[in-house]
Amino acid sequence: MDISEFYDTFFEEAQELLAEMERLLLALDVEAPDAEQLNAIFRAAHSIKGGAATFGFTVLQDTTHHLENLLDRARRGELRLSIQHIDRFLETKDMLDDQLAAYRNAQSPDPEAYAHIVAVLKQLGEESSVIDAPSAPVPSDIDGPSAPVPSGEASAPVGSDMATPPTLEPRPNADASVPLLSVTLMFVADRERELLIEELANLGEVISSSGDEQVCRVIVSTTVSAADIEAVLCFVIEPEQILIEPATAAPPAEVDGVVDDVVGGVADGQVEATVDAGSSADISSTGMEETSSTGAAGPSAATPASGERRSQPGRRATDAPTEQGSIRVGVDKVDTIINLVGELIITQSMLEQTASATTPPDQAALVSGISQLQRNARDLQEAVMSVRMMPMDYVFSRFPRLIRDLASRLGKQVELVSQGHDTELDKSLIERIIDPLTHLVRNSLDHGIESPSEREASGKSVHGTLTLSARHQGGNIVIEVMDDGAGLDRARILAKARSNGLAVSDGMSDDEVWQLIFAPGFSTAEQVSDVSGRGVGMDVVKRNIQALGGHVELASVTGQGTTTRIVLPLTLAILEGMAIRVGEEIYILPLSVVVESLQPQADMLFSMVGNDRLLKVRDEYLSLVALHEVFAVPGAQTQPEQGIVVVVQGKGRHYALLVDELIGQQQVVVKNLERNYRKVPGVSSATILGDGRVSLILDVSDLHRLANQMPAVQRQAEVATESAMPQGAIMPRDAIVS
Amino acid sequence: MSHTQVAAAQTSNVGLAQDHASKVNDGGEYLVFSLGEEHYAVDILKVQEIRGYENVTRIANAPAFIKGVTNLRGVIVPIVDLRLKFQLGQAEYTAQTVVIVINIGERVVGIVVDGVSDVISLAADQVLPPPEFGARMNSDFLAGLATVNDHMLLIMDIEHMMTSDEMALMEPAAQPA
Repeated sequence: MDISEFYDTFFEEAQELLAEMERLLLALDVEAPDAEQLNAIFRAAHSIKGGAATFGFTVLQDTTHHLENLLDRARRGELRLSIQHIDRFLETKDMLDDQLAAYRNAQSPDPEAYAHIVAVLKQLGEESSVIDAPSAPVPSDIDGPSAPVPSGEASAPVGSDMATPPTLEPRPNADASVPLLSVTLMFVADRERELLIEELANLGEVISSSGDEQVCRVIVSTTVSAADIEAVLCFVIEPEQILIEPATAAPPAEVDGVVDDVVGGVADGQVEATVDAGSSADISSTGMEETSSTGAAGPSAATPASGERRSQPGRRATDAPTEQGSIRVGVDKVDTIINLVGELIITQSMLEQTASATTPPDQAALVSGISQLQRNARDLQEAVMSVRMMPMDYVFSRFPRLIRDLASRLGKQVELVSQGHDTELDKSLIERIIDPLTHLVRNSLDHGIESPSEREASGKSVHGTLTLSARHQGGNIVIEVMDDGAGLDRARILAKARSNGLAVSDGMSDDEVWQLIFAPGFSTAEQVSDVSGRGVGMDVVKRNIQALGGHVELASVTGQGTTTRIVLPLTLAILEGMAIRVGEEIYILPLSVVVESLQPQADMLFSMVGNDRLLKVRDEYLSLVALHEVFAVPGAQTQPEQGIVVVVQGKGRHYALLVDELIGQQQVVVKNLERNYRKVPGVSSATILGDGRVSLILDVSDLHRLANQMPAVQRQAEVATESAMPQGAIMPRDAIVS
Repeated sequence: MSHTQVAAAQTSNVGLAQDHASKVNDGGEYLVFSLGEEHYAVDILKVQEIRGYENVTRIANAPAFIKGVTNLRGVIVPIVDLRLKFQLGQAEYTAQTVVIVINIGERVVGIVVDGVSDVISLAADQVLPPPEFGARMNSDFLAGLATVNDHMLLIMDIEHMMTSDEMALMEPAAQPA
């Protein structure tokens, strides 16, 4: 069997384990670490190490190994954790991510980064040892992770399963209170059996092993729980092949020998070596450092373990506990299904059109059959779409780390609140929302939330709060980044805009001022920090979001904070649309932007300077955009009174769109126009109508921008509205046009 | 290399589609089509299919030679009329109007031509470098010239042409502010 088949499984699982490790590290209370959490972190590291060894990823294996050593000591209470430890652990986790990525791309991990992180971890091990055990001075050039620890402390595992830790007992393995477990391995080939026994030796003390290929019984003295042992062994064999039960039988004769060896080591080096047995041996085998006398004194039992495991072909990749009810499916397969469903829907709407045109006798049956098909197609489509949906948690879960790192770098205290973890979003959207959202979070931390002293001075709590939320609203998902910081600085934005040469005036509304920060190259950060302020920010965010068919809104109150709201369509694939006709052409308006439609009366129309027209709907004056003018459609209705006006909502602003006719509401399958062509101004994407023709889906925000850009002369050479012009009642629509 | 040599070495016949499979050599096979009175050729490996001109949806504010987009089995494909682009022949659309569907990397583009006549094989030494100065067509878009049955055949570098800013089919390389 080719082991490389399992690479992907390993990579996926290792990545999940790393993510889990990070989550746990962030959740860990450094002052009073929870034993279960520490164990879980250790297990994650250990599982990755085991997998890496199986696949021969030595750098990954060795790095995890050093991390594991420290974690092991932490969970045994030998190492008092501090914030620095967590920082280093997180740094290591990032490095492991990088290494994993390198292996995944069939490259070698960066050797410098590897050397650095190993040095960092060793340093950490040494420092902790010195702090924890000042009575056992250690030469500073000794390798850290295997650094000596006084035997008394070492054999007092805190947070393990032991009820009564033995104190100052130099022979921990002979102590009766260490549980003996009988591990029965069934149908395991010789080589793998050796490997597994060596692995067990890393977890505890192998007292005896006997048996053959069919059944092999190994007695282990260990504080590791049965479940953990099973998890480790499952890297190599199936769970059904393992049976773990408490062993009560008296230890066989050879125990003495083993223990004597260990005790010998302890005596020589004045250290408890068994705890780190596997670790120290592995380190010496990497050749990364000189072998110290202490290291050499460690039992050699585990040395072959690392050496052999690397060359061991191994039977399986990982078989970690399976997540209930989830499968991994390639996105391309799902995409194929989605495309097929899209085609199905198009066919169905084609049939529907045909059916309504056929003659009465057959029609009734046909129509009812088609309506049934329609229901089925809808259901199928919803079911298929849900396959692509992922919870927002996928995005939110990466922020605790980011915020922790940033806050400490910026010297701020920030609390993260996140809401709506379960809100689901299309996978393609969720992956592309991460970068913009990260940018917004960085901005909030850097520019929004003030330093603790500033906050105190303005009577706020020292802790800033950053709220991330996601919720569904109609056909959209709304994602908000909200901080309780200082808010946007209107005066500074205006000053900056002026110095950037943008046309601004003091009379601009707040909303218009806020929009300025979306201009390219705009940053009011007085100093460029490594967090933000390079001026390649908000315009990129805006562009990215627009590329996803969404838009960004900003709200800010001075002294109280800023809220950035991203509004995105739920999925890129299907849209509720309103088909409209202009001249001979048919366009689709997303239903989510349609507010209302009406037939304008002459007395509702007002013309303004520059031939701009306004439509008075109830008490509101809306600018009127004629689609046939913006898109130069021949043969369209030019008199608003003869056409239909659709009031649409673009970027929070309403306006009236003049069209010839409303055709009807229908569900459309969104097709990418940019795949083979380019972005078309005023158009977001395309769809295929029931008759097989392509219809363009309008982007109402962009349409409004386009209408504003067109010279009024060009727009309206022919029409001169005769209505009365209310003097001074109406301000020009846009004070600025950038 | 002289023109007479090329003429002597010619292997195929514009107007006859039967013998194209008889000779395959380093130069490769080309699809020959006409624009007005001129004969052009594109690398056959870039051609996905040939179809009629129908159901093209106009794109507002696009250059005149971009006729719009059409539905090619669920994929939206832009249609370019090379006759309009290079002012060759009459841009009429009838049931006989032909669209050559071309693959450019991952992209698919349809080009409208006056007619498709043949598939020919050309040896590498039959292809002459294009002239430095082109008439209507930027000589950058020509991969070479060949003489076939006393006709001059202009071999298009269709990939270069379709990806150029001049064709306005793709986002310009530099992002506009």
